[in-house]
Amino acid sequence: MSARVDGNALAGILSEYFRLDTTSAIVQCSGCGTRAALARELVYPDPMGFVVRCERCEDVLMIVVDAPGGAWLDLRGVDGVQFRG
Amino acid sequence: MVETRIQTPSARSIQLDVPGWPGNIAGQHLDVRLTAEDGYTAVRSYSIASVGDGERIELAVDRLPTGEVSPYLVEELRAGDQLEVRGPLGTYFVWHPTDTAPVQLIAGGSGIVPLMAMIRSHETSGSTVPFHLLYSVRSPRDVFFADELRALAESPHLRVTYVYTRQAPPDWPIAPARITTAAIAADAFSREENPVAFVCGPTGFVETVADIMVGLRIFAPLTIKTERFGGK
Amino acid sequence: MAVISRGFFGRKREENPELPPGQYLTEDFPVLSAGPTPVVDLADWTFSIQTESGEVHAWNWEQLNALPQEDIHTDIHCVTRWSKLGTTWSGVSLDTLFAGVDTTNAYVMVHSYGGYTTNMPLADLMDGKAWIATSFEGEPLDPEHGGPARLLVPHLYFWKSAKWVHGLRMVATDDPGFWEQNGYHIYGDPWLEQRYW
Ligand SMILES: Cc1cc2nc3c(=O)[nH]c(=O)nc-3n(C[C@H](O)[C@H](O)[C@H](O)COP(=O)(O)OP(=O)(O)OC[C@H]3O[C@@H](n4cnc5c(N)ncnc54)[C@H](O)[C@@H]3O)c2cc1C
Ligand SMILES: [Zn+2]
Repeated sequence: MSARVDGNALAGILSEYFRLDTTSAIVQCSGCGTRAALARELVYPDPMGFVVRCERCEDVLMIVVDAPGGAWLDLRGVDGVQFRG
Repeated sequence: MVETRIQTPSARSIQLDVPGWPGNIAGQHLDVRLTAEDGYTAVRSYSIASVGDGERIELAVDRLPTGEVSPYLVEELRAGDQLEVRGPLGTYFVWHPTDTAPVQLIAGGSGIVPLMAMIRSHETSGSTVPFHLLYSVRSPRDVFFADELRALAESPHLRVTYVYTRQAPPDWPIAPARITTAAIAADAFSREENPVAFVCGPTGFVETVADIMVGLRIFAPLTIKTERFGGK
Repeated sequence: MAVISRGFFGRKREENPELPPGQYLTEDFPVLSAGPTPVVDLADWTFSIQTESGEVHAWNWEQLNALPQEDIHTDIHCVTRWSKLGTTWSGVSLDTLFAGVDTTNAYVMVHSYGGYTTNMPLADLMDGKAWIATSFEGEPLDPEHGGPARLLVPHLYFWKSAKWVHGLRMVATDDPGFWEQNGYHIYGDPWLEQRYW
């Protein structure tokens, strides 16, 4: 088992760039189609960046890198994001 | 930083005055950033044990022997020191006093912290929603907020049950053991009550408990909210 | 500006003039975790090199271990600022593995079990600069550290030394891999401090 945490732990870094709380947004996995709140997904807090994986199929959903010039947000495994006001 | 209080042999609560703090809801966390003189930084998340408005907040931190940040917060931090914090954060692992479903709380070790905020919010708001707390600790000495929990458990709306994993009190009927399906089933609401659950603690604990709870079929999977603190 | 945390030093680290800029010495071997550790059965394990013609050169575990093994003494430098000096590895040189491979492509995309990728010029794998490592400090490589086998390219930042390596694909252009697509440097020379681009 690896030292993973919940998507909720992303709230800090993402709050620097998004005004709404993004961790309550619903994301859809392009691997298996599961929809879940970002806060429910699995987060591997690698010191190089957060790697977010689908709670169901463990495919990579997104990657967040806190680079000095500004964060990188890679939504490679996400089919869609629904923000909930 | 205002003052720290010893909670258990390895943990402390920390009171902070945060100018401009907007207040927080129960279950939220913040990020603490420490910066060494040479510019080296480390960021970690900590749940907020306090709730409501006001610029005074409370954290509670358990010291991991090999850790980088937690030993500093537990042993080194003193009144008058400054801390850089970002928050309040998170809108998912939270409980609102207007929520009406019965609440099952399950904590492992320091995982009590955000659940304590929920219990405090429940108490101060006068909510009569039933709350059950199942709290897994190594020994009686490892209970965070022990006196306050004892007092709050007098409430007809809160039930507190302990699971001791290493050492139980002398007259305790159950030998010390890891949390079991039976312990969780015994504390749970019935499916007809449509309960919700918050599970928090080290990652291994949370995953074990969440699997058991899904297996019990009392909770609809989406009503079980988890907060993994990390580790194995 | 950042508030200095009185009495905070962070994990034990020393600055050392022999280290690349911005690096600290560490004694332990931190584990980075971008995902679950893949479980690879040695009976199913393969390593392959695929060229532009579609030709695939593949080795199973026994075949890899039957090739000449080299001992490697090297320093390693992680982009998260730790460096570890004088580590000992053993494995098979990429020169050996490329001996029968015919390619005119100048770049390589490295693929791992678990889906991780990283990119580099072929020249950085040649002439005694890179290995498929299967042991660390005399012991079989721990799955946490990339076992059964990882790429070892110690002259680049350590993310290029892909854990759980599964194969190399020859490509015409230096397309970015997993971290390189997200702000990390396309090449990653620690002495030039090529952390981000
Ligand atoms: C949203 C969120 C809220 C949190 N709230 C709290 C809180 O209220 N109180 C609190 O004490 N902690 C809390 N944590 C955990 C906290 O963020 C740190 O992970 C913890 O204090 C360890 O940091 P460290 O720098 O001391 O250890 P590190 O130097 O990061 O780790 C040292 C070793 O301990 C292991 N480890 C890391 N975290 C844990 C863990 N939680 N349990 C067991 N082993 C671990 C690591 O894998 C590593 O081997 C929370 C985490 C998250 C994600
Ligand atoms: Zn999925």
